Amino acid sequence: MTPLLQVEGVSKFYGARIGCEDVSFELFPGEVMGIVGESGSGKSTLLGCLAGQLAPDAGEVLFDTRAEGLRDTLKMSEPERRMLGRTDWAFVHQNARDGLRMGVSAGGNVGERLMAVGARHYGQIRGQAIDWLGRVEISEDRVDDRPGQFSGGMQQRLQIARNLVTGPRLVFMDEPTGGLDVSVQARLLDLLRGLVREMGLSAIIVTHDLAVVRLLADRLMVMKGGHVVEAGLTDQVLDDPQHGYTQLLVSSVLQV
Amino acid sequence: MTNDAENVTAYNFAYLDEQTKRMIRRAILKGLAVPGYQVPFASREMPMPYGWGTGGVQVSAAVLCPEDCFKVIDQGADDTTNAVSIRKFFETTAGVATTEETAKATVIQTRHRIPEARLGEDQILVYQVPIPEPLRFLEPRETETRKMHSLEEYGLMHVKLYEDVAQHGAIATAYAYPVKVEGRYVMDPSPIPKFDNPKMEMDAIQLFGAGREQRIYALPPHSKVVSLDFEDHPFEASKADHACDICGAEDSYLDEVITDDAGGRMFVCSDTDYCRSRRAAGHMGAQGVPYEEGAA
Repeated sequence: MTPLLQVEGVSKFYGARIGCEDVSFELFPGEVMGIVGESGSGKSTLLGCLAGQLAPDAGEVLFDTRAEGLRDTLKMSEPERRMLGRTDWAFVHQNARDGLRMGVSAGGNVGERLMAVGARHYGQIRGQAIDWLGRVEISEDRVDDRPGQFSGGMQQRLQIARNLVTGPRLVFMDEPTGGLDVSVQARLLDLLRGLVREMGLSAIIVTHDLAVVRLLADRLMVMKGGHVVEAGLTDQVLDDPQHGYTQLLVSSVLQV
Repeated sequence: MTNDAENVTAYNFAYLDEQTKRMIRRAILKGLAVPGYQVPFASREMPMPYGWGTGGVQVSAAVLCPEDCFKVIDQGADDTTNAVSIRKFFETTAGVATTEETAKATVIQTRHRIPEARLGEDQILVYQVPIPEPLRFLEPRETETRKMHSLEEYGLMHVKLYEDVAQHGAIATAYAYPVKVEGRYVMDPSPIPKFDNPKMEMDAIQLFGAGREQRIYALPPHSKVVSLDFEDHPFEASKADHACDICGAEDSYLDEVITDDAGGRMFVCSDTDYCRSRRAAGHMGAQGVPYEEGAA
């Protein structure tokens, strides 16, 4: 089976400091990979390198494109990479404001990706936007409201709808539940889990919240100081942590 | 260049120095070679404020020859402040002949309208442009809009039209209606009413100058200019559903003029030359008076 994403020795340095170093892994279709670690451990740097937002100093990021099979996205031309960014890839930001157009209605936000790939029929665009708002539990009568009038949880769900509307195959998520209260988090996670399973999405989720990966991720990578210190099946890593840092991380979770 | 008009000895022909005019002409030529592409140019300080047509004036200065006949219109009218002062400016600094008749002019500088009379191959239409970037209000970063133009990522333009339909039930953008030029660049046609958009496929050269924003762009004759729209909400060149009250024209773009505070109003051609020539030919509208030579 061909992996959807194959990462080989990706390194990114900020001057003399390590962003992330020599990270390799494979992600298969329908698989959800979690990346956990403390602040500054290089999680977001790694995600940025994979999603084409940062240029790594070394390594390869091979993506299984629809037309030509595995290709190194770092060597692609910018138009090709941006095309991937609005068709097969999706990026969910921690702060919904980074991923939404705040001056455009919810429907316009969801429709933007459709129009970016050539949809020119207003009725169909709007129909799909309403359908997707429904899937992320935003009622139809909010379709013409701007994201600024939405709560934090709704903004995050709107961002997810906006990203998934073109049927991507790989979703990058950077702390998708950050800054949300626990009940809203739980609903969002439930929703995400449903969507990921239903659409057969592959996803890479960066988070420091172990509950998120426990619920969503099939596999887990633990990062510290820019290096991957432990990787494996989620339950295995969380229930039987081997590396000292992972043990610390798991035991740091407050038990209520 | 020498100049034989007596009153302009203090200025070079058409105000700008020859080096500057060369620089602007290079930008114009590049703009004509790549229709719809915004060419940066080193806009000069002109003896009028930004927003009064400094871009158009610089382009006009660069293309004017001593034998040209110059016409200026502002919202279609030859006799408004902006039009009169720019016409006087070139009468003084270039000593060129000026006219109010569209057919006689070789260079026409315009603000917010395309003349009703069909323009010919030997004419140049110069637009004054306030904001040349059609994507500006959707994407504030210049670096990003340039990238979007270079990669032809124009989905965002339709987001604006989507918002229009979502809010108003129809595309409510009535002026500065975005167009796609020769299947490549999306261009702001300057704030002309969308009624004028179909006229942009014309025989004359069209030049666009944005002084404050330092951009020049151009349309060669017969360029393909398509107004953006949705399949189920097609582009429509709209105007007030009325005939001109002075000359009776039904095919021209109309201004609504409030005549008293009791609801009185009249619709008149915004193109004053078109209206005058129709009256001279004997047409008369509902509130018109018979035409007299020399009368306003």
